Order: sequence, then structure tokens, then C-alpha cells
Amino acid sequence: MTNAWTDIKNTDLVVVMGGNAAEAHPCGFKWVTEAKAHRGAKLIVVDPRYTRTASVSDYYAPIRQGTDIAFLNGVMKYCIDNGKVQWEYMKAFTNASFIVKDGFGYKDGLFTGYDEEKRDYDKSTWDYVLGDDGFAVTDPTLEHPRCVWNLLKEHLAPYTPELVEQVCGTPKEKFLKVAEMISECSTPTKTMTSMYALGWTQHSKGSQNIRAMAMLQLILGNIGVRGGGMNALRGHSNIQGLTDLGLMSHLLTGYLTMPTEKDTDFDTYMSTRQFKPLRPGQTSYWQNYKKFMVSFQKAMWGDAATAENGWAFNYIPKLDVPAYDVLRMFELMNSGKVNGYICQGFNPILAFPNRAKITSSLSKLKFMVTMDPLETETSRFWENHGDFNDVDTASINTEVFQLPTTCFAEEDGSLTNSGRWLQWHWQASSPPGEAKHDSWIIAQLFLRMRELYRKEGGAFPDPILNLSWNYEDENEPTAEELAKEINGRALSDLMDPTDPSKVLVAAGKQVVNFSQLRDDGSTMAGCWVYSGCWNEQGNNMGRRDNHDPDDTGAYLGWTFAWPLNRRTLYNRASADINGKPWDPTRKLLEWDGSKWTGYDVPDIAPTAKPQDVGPFIMNQEGVSRLFARGMMRDGPFPAHMEPFESPVENVFNRKMRGNPVARVFASDAAQLGTSAEFPYAATSYRLTEHFHYWTKHNRVNSALQPEFFVEISEELAAEKKIEHGGWVRVWSKRGSVKAKAVVTKRIRPLICDGKPVHIVGIPLHWGFTGSAKKGFGPNSLAAFVGDANIETPESKAFLVNIEPSTAPKDKEASV
Amino acid sequence: MKLAGAGVAATSMGALGFSEAEAAEIAHVRPFKLATTTETRQTCPYCSVACGIIIYSKGDVRKGGNAEVVHIEGDVDHPTNRGTLCPKGAALKDFVKSPTRLLYPMHRKPGSDKFERMSWDEALDRIARLMKDDRDANFLAKNEKGLDVNRWTTTGMLAASATSNETAWATFKFAKSIGIVGFDNQARV
Repeated sequence: MTNAWTDIKNTDLVVVMGGNAAEAHPCGFKWVTEAKAHRGAKLIVVDPRYTRTASVSDYYAPIRQGTDIAFLNGVMKYCIDNGKVQWEYMKAFTNASFIVKDGFGYKDGLFTGYDEEKRDYDKSTWDYVLGDDGFAVTDPTLEHPRCVWNLLKEHLAPYTPELVEQVCGTPKEKFLKVAEMISECSTPTKTMTSMYALGWTQHSKGSQNIRAMAMLQLILGNIGVRGGGMNALRGHSNIQGLTDLGLMSHLLTGYLTMPTEKDTDFDTYMSTRQFKPLRPGQTSYWQNYKKFMVSFQKAMWGDAATAENGWAFNYIPKLDVPAYDVLRMFELMNSGKVNGYICQGFNPILAFPNRAKITSSLSKLKFMVTMDPLETETSRFWENHGDFNDVDTASINTEVFQLPTTCFAEEDGSLTNSGRWLQWHWQASSPPGEAKHDSWIIAQLFLRMRELYRKEGGAFPDPILNLSWNYEDENEPTAEELAKEINGRALSDLMDPTDPSKVLVAAGKQVVNFSQLRDDGSTMAGCWVYSGCWNEQGNNMGRRDNHDPDDTGAYLGWTFAWPLNRRTLYNRASADINGKPWDPTRKLLEWDGSKWTGYDVPDIAPTAKPQDVGPFIMNQEGVSRLFARGMMRDGPFPAHMEPFESPVENVFNRKMRGNPVARVFASDAAQLGTSAEFPYAATSYRLTEHFHYWTKHNRVNSALQPEFFVEISEELAAEKKIEHGGWVRVWSKRGSVKAKAVVTKRIRPLICDGKPVHIVGIPLHWGFTGSAKKGFGPNSLAAFVGDANIETPESKAFLVNIEPSTAPKDKEASV
Repeated sequence: MKLAGAGVAATSMGALGFSEAEAAEIAHVRPFKLATTTETRQTCPYCSVACGIIIYSKGDVRKGGNAEVVHIEGDVDHPTNRGTLCPKGAALKDFVKSPTRLLYPMHRKPGSDKFERMSWDEALDRIARLMKDDRDANFLAKNEKGLDVNRWTTTGMLAASATSNETAWATFKFAKSIGIVGFDNQARV
């Protein structure tokens, strides 16, 4: 989230699209009802189903899953055609005026440079024209035919209300009503917020879905302001934290990136990461990359990381592919190329698409380790449960270790919520049985491996032998010790750059925040964006001052938000080019003639003059990007693409399937179904009574929603002779499930490209362990293909067939 | 479905529904059950709203003893949820005390149809041995150009996005330093 949950009360219009916040994030959604009740805000829901969020909306419009870009491009076109643009904001704070290279274009659903064989673009024309001074050329009048604004208008031209209806199945008048409501938020005093979740990410073009809304928000002037923003409602309690801390194949901590084989040494690695400003006077904050990187290396390897050895740069693995993401790992596993796998609090056989492939992959492992507080289907993937897990146990030779961990109530530590608040919690309870903290288990595995390498030697032991592991009890680092390491400290006295006789931070003291980190090895910090979380003031994540001066919703005294306790990202954009708030009643920051003051920590140098320095300080341009240059694999503008399994053809290019640059492994391509065989468009979602696969272990939640079901329309039920409450079989090219049918008015057929499209809704909470009835989930059916940029599986749009059926059989019942 | 959801909230609200006289009578015969408990500030572990909760325990881990959860409710001081909880958060105690909580390290031999108990030492030693043997056999120190690449692709790890930041940092240090590149968390899906 760019903003906080508590900030949603400041909005005038909430658009929930690609999510179902009332159901999946109920207590955060209360801030929507707060805005409705006390500010007169309106709520729009655009979704294939009439969801619980839709039930309290002011306006609902249906949409076929996987067509959000067509809808959002249509809204952008409507706003521009009708002059509903926050002109001053758009001109000053976006790259609308930047001139794009000749050669860049878009035709037949493809951008310039497509290579069908490589399934990739040559992106060399997707960039700005640079002047002799090295800066990007701009035309502030927006008259130049090759400026971003004019190219954008050209790109959006086909997205008429008629095309939106044809592609999305949204009736034209409903689309126009939504577009009109959204366009009203183009004035400086009306703000819209976007709340989205996996309904946008789980597509082969998920990143572009989000980008389309971000662009709309920029055109309307809604980024960086109170009640605005792009608000990703994250799925788990600390999914934000684990991403910030870089527990991903392609990341290091704080959005530093893993080196690739092209990064032959530290200097080469740095040469492509210290982004020079593309416009005069801009901040381009990543110029500080080296400070954060060296401090990170010092946190990892302490004294073994020196200037002479490039800060132990060779210790970090170098990638030969963009990422060993989960889809790639399971493809390798299924090909017999992976021997061991550790699943810490993760249930892949329910969470990843094409369950048959996941089970087959796990069956080829030599060993698997699971770490969980609860039973999981993954730890028992080898166990036969009749129809619910139809495996041949004796033929599965995987050795499995199921390690019991503590749960939240039994540990200290912090979790980072969607709004980037790092909140500390304290242990309340003793662990049951022999359950242990995850940090203890990790420490044990590390210490045992280190000991083996000390005794026996082996493959490149240096990064293991030299890993910094200085804890009072090395068997169990405490949360406090780890948090202080994340924050960072001075390794030698840090002198004040403005007065070299003065010690700014004494050796061994915590740095106040990342502004004190250095690139000469004199500081260490595990994760620079978190620096400030535990400094010499103490544990800022444990702060509990809930005062909120002037009721802005900022709560600066409550916990710690990254970065620097800032609550709204890009908040300098809440004021105009001269530093005056766009809306004085919703002031966040104001330029007082010499510095920025206000309710939040400024997202800009406190003395940066408003006319000189742009608000998007992480970008080389200083402004936001309506045109993404070559930074997205599938195009600098969002373009309509169908899901890989779609009931209709792509109207821009009827031969094109899915995202033309998404990676598809050969074995998975063979398992993609067609609409002839699988005529119905399926989607997956959560229910408010359950959290993923955990709460089926709770008796209360299992009683509230005991049994797996699928939702279909009355029309489809009649066509297929399916009874409400009767058993159905739903199957795709990859698998089959049995479920009770819920026949509902909440799902209606849509007319897309001239033909009716029926939608099948599949919730995801059932398996074969726990207190609830045994059942299945959507990932038994979903396709094994990911987003072109980040490889998030396309679990929100795939094709199925459906027929009346009988109940599934458990193992016991079949004997 | 809505009614069922409201029912969870109602179980804690019901206790407040008595009249003063009845409440006094009940207080007389049965002491307030939370009076002797330890209150701990906590965060709901489910979605990313991160509602504040208060856990009431018998005993106090900070005083060195054992503690057992007896009640969990919303934290009224918390700016986001202001004391409210959803049907999941309201039933959190059921998660902590679930009958399917794991209590002991368990081991499944290749081809076996059951889990068998194993001691922590035995399990950890065996896992460390399996990992080291696989790493030594398959670690790619250099690519064909002679460049240090230090990749270990034959063992992978998924980290848990419900663990704390501190656990995550320890996990990160472990996984990246031993060269695991097939490393992701739920953010990928």
C-alpha cells in the first residue's frame, strides 16, 4: 500500500477491483464504511461475482476475469477524452512530456521488437530520446507527436466503451457509469483509492493490471495524497515483510537485487544499479545503492567482507535465469533435477497450480522438510486419502521430516502489514509439546552444517564459515538481536561529514536510520529500508502512542513504518508545484519557504525546493512513469491480453494466446485446454470465514464454512441440469474435483465477443487435514503459467468443464 | 453466511449483555475469569490488516513460568481495528489450541505409509547431513567461463510469510549464504 489502512477514511471514492476486501480484509474494510458514513464516499466494485464487497457498494459492474486492462484503459480513455485529468499534477509529476524514440509502436496486439521464437521483445526503442547533455528530452507543451502523452492517447484510442463491452462483458452503460464516477476524481479536491489483491496479481499479465490502475491514478492526481494511492491488500500477515527482507529468488534485502552472471565483480554489479538522474536536479535516490549494499554485505559476513575482496561479493550466488521462482523450481523438480526441499510455513500442494504436477514433483525428491505449527497437506502429500489425495504411497520414495514450530502467540517479533507498519508483538504462551521457534530450527540447521564444513570441508565453505552469527546464544538468536541487526550499527566511529572533528555515531551504536549508512565498510545494516526500526531510542516497532493530531489517520507515534516512519509514499505529490496542498482540507505536507512541514515524514529531502525536485525520488526522472521504458517485459503501456485459457479470442490479434512474452514450459503448454473442450471461465477466491488452509484446523471456522463448494449461475445450472446443493464434478485439462454446487444470482453469464460466457467460482480453503470436511481447491485445476514479469501463477482465470456428479470417496469409505 | 459470521462476535459480546443485578450475582458466584491472567499485546497472524489483539494467559512466560492462552480479544487501543475482529480473528484461540497442532518432530521413511516420532537431534543431524551431501555433490562454484557463480539449485526452500521479520532475516542469512537460489515466499503466488 502507498497509504495506510487508517488513511482510507479520507477518500471520496473507493474502487475495489481485483479484490474483495469486505471478505478477505474485513477489519481494514471498516475504513471504507467509515469513509462512506462520515465523508459521503462512494464505493465501486468491478468483479465477475457480486461479492460481499459488492453487497455494500454504491455501484457494481460485472467483468470477465482477466480483462481488467481493457476496462482500465477504457476508463483512462474516457477521462482523457472528456478532459477529466488533473492537468497540473499530470504535467508536473509524470513523464507525459518526455519524448520517446522513433521506432516505438504498437500493432496487432504487439509492441515493436517482438521475437516469436524467443517469446521476448527487443526493447531498444522503448526509451526516451536523450539530449547531448545526457538528460531526457521533454516537451512541456505536450504538443510533440512523440511525447508520452500523445503516444498514450494513441495507444488508448481503440478502448471505446463498445470494445470494453465486447472484451469484458461489462454492459456499456455500466462501464460508462463507472468511468463517469471515477472521472469526477480528477479535481484536486476529490480523491479515489484503489484497493486490490490477488484478483489482479494472479494473471499472466498481473503486473500490467496494477500498472494500468496506477497510471489512471496518476492521470487523476491521486498518488501521494490522503485518501488516494495504490493499495495492495496483501494476503498474509507478513508477506510485505518477507518481500521487503528479500526472501525471494531474485532479491536481496530492501529491494537490492540478486546479482546475475553478467555481474562479474562488485564494481560491475554496481555499474548498472546507481541510477543517474535523467532530468536536471533530480534526487534519484538509488544513487545511494552502494551504501546499502556494502552495509548489507557487512551484516552478512562482517570482517570477512572487505574493500579488497569487493565486500565478499563472490559469496552471493549469481543467477543465470531471471529467477528460480516456484514455477521454475517445480518444473526442475518434476524433471528430476531437485533433490531436497524445505517448506517453512508453506503448503505448495494446495498453494501452487496444477496439483498433479506438484505432487508428482514432490514424489521425485530425495528429502523434504516441512516446518509448521499445524498439519499440512504438503507434509502428508504421500498419504492416500481416496479421491482427496489419490496417491500410491508405497511408490513415493521421498524422505519427509515434519518439524513442529511455534505459532504467533508463542514468540516475540514484528510483522509488517500492508500499510508498511512494522508492529512488534510479545510472547504470550508456552509452545505445545516439543514445538520450537523457526529461528531456533534455522540456527540448528545452520550450526550443524557449519560444523560439518569445519570438520569435513566441502564445496565452497567460505560463505557458511564466515556468515556473521554473533548472538548471545548462537543456538537461538533472539528477536531483539535480529531486529537490531536489521536496523544496522556503526562498526567504527562515524564522523560528521560537516564537522570531521565530531563523532556522529560511536562504534557499536545503532544508526538512527539509513541516512547514516556508508559505503566504506564502517556501517552494517541487514535491510536498509527497515533502518530506524530499532535505533538508540529503542524498539520503535513497539511504540503505542495512538494520538492522531487533526484526525489525519497518520498515527506517526504508533509502531514504525518503513521507510523512515513515513506513512504515505510519494507524499510530496500532495502539494502543487509550489508546495501548496492541492486540497487544503486534506493537507499532508506544505512548503513553508525553507522546508517541508506537515503531518507526515516528507518523501523528499526536507529542504528540497518544490519547483526543482520531483516527488518520485526513487525514479531517475524525478517523476512517475506513464510510459515504463523497457522496465516491463510485456510493454511500456498496458495492453489487453487474454488469459492463457480464455473462452474468447484476443480481439486485437486472434492468433495470440495469453501474454506473448510469458514463460511457458513445454510440458505445461501441452496441458493448456481450449474453450471447445473446457467452455467455462473459472476463477478462485477466499471466504471471510477462512484463512487459506489454516482455519480449517479450527473448530469454529470449520463449523462456519464446513464444506468445499463451487458457485455457478442459475442459467448454467439449468443448462447443465445441476441442482443447488447437489454434487458436481469440475475438471480442467490438469485435474478434476468434486464439490457441492451453490447455484446463485451472484454470478451471471456475460456476453463477450458475441457469445455467452459462464463463470465458475471456486473457493480455496479445503484439503484433507484439519477439522473441516475433506475437500479440494482451485489449484487442482489451475494452469501452470505465470505473470511475464514476476511469475505469479494465473490462478484467477482458467478453463473448466462441469457436470452433475456423485460425492467424492475417501479412502476409508472405499475399503 | 453473514449470520454465522456475526455469531462468532456474539460469543464475546454475550457476556456483556447481562443487567447490572445479574452481573453482580454472577460476579458473586464466579470471579471474573480474566482477573488473574497475564495480558499480552499481540497482532493477528492472518491477513495483512494486522489487527491488534490482546492475549490473556494463565501464567507469565516473562516470569520464567509456563503460560497458557485462555482468551483472545481485539485491542481497543489499536488505531486500525479499534477492538473489532473478523470471524477468523475472533476464533484465534482455536488456532493456538487446534487439535492438529504439531507437537513432535515426525519422520516418514521412503515408501512408508506413516509418520514416526524422531528426536530433534536425530532429525536435525539427518537433515544437515542430507543437505551437505547434496550441496557438495551439486554445488556449481563456477560457470563455463570460470566466473564464480556459487549456485546450489538442487535443494530449494520456501519461506513463510507468516513468520516475523526477525525470523525471516535469520532464514534469509541461512538460505542465501549456503547458496540456495530456489528461494521464495508466498509473495510469489
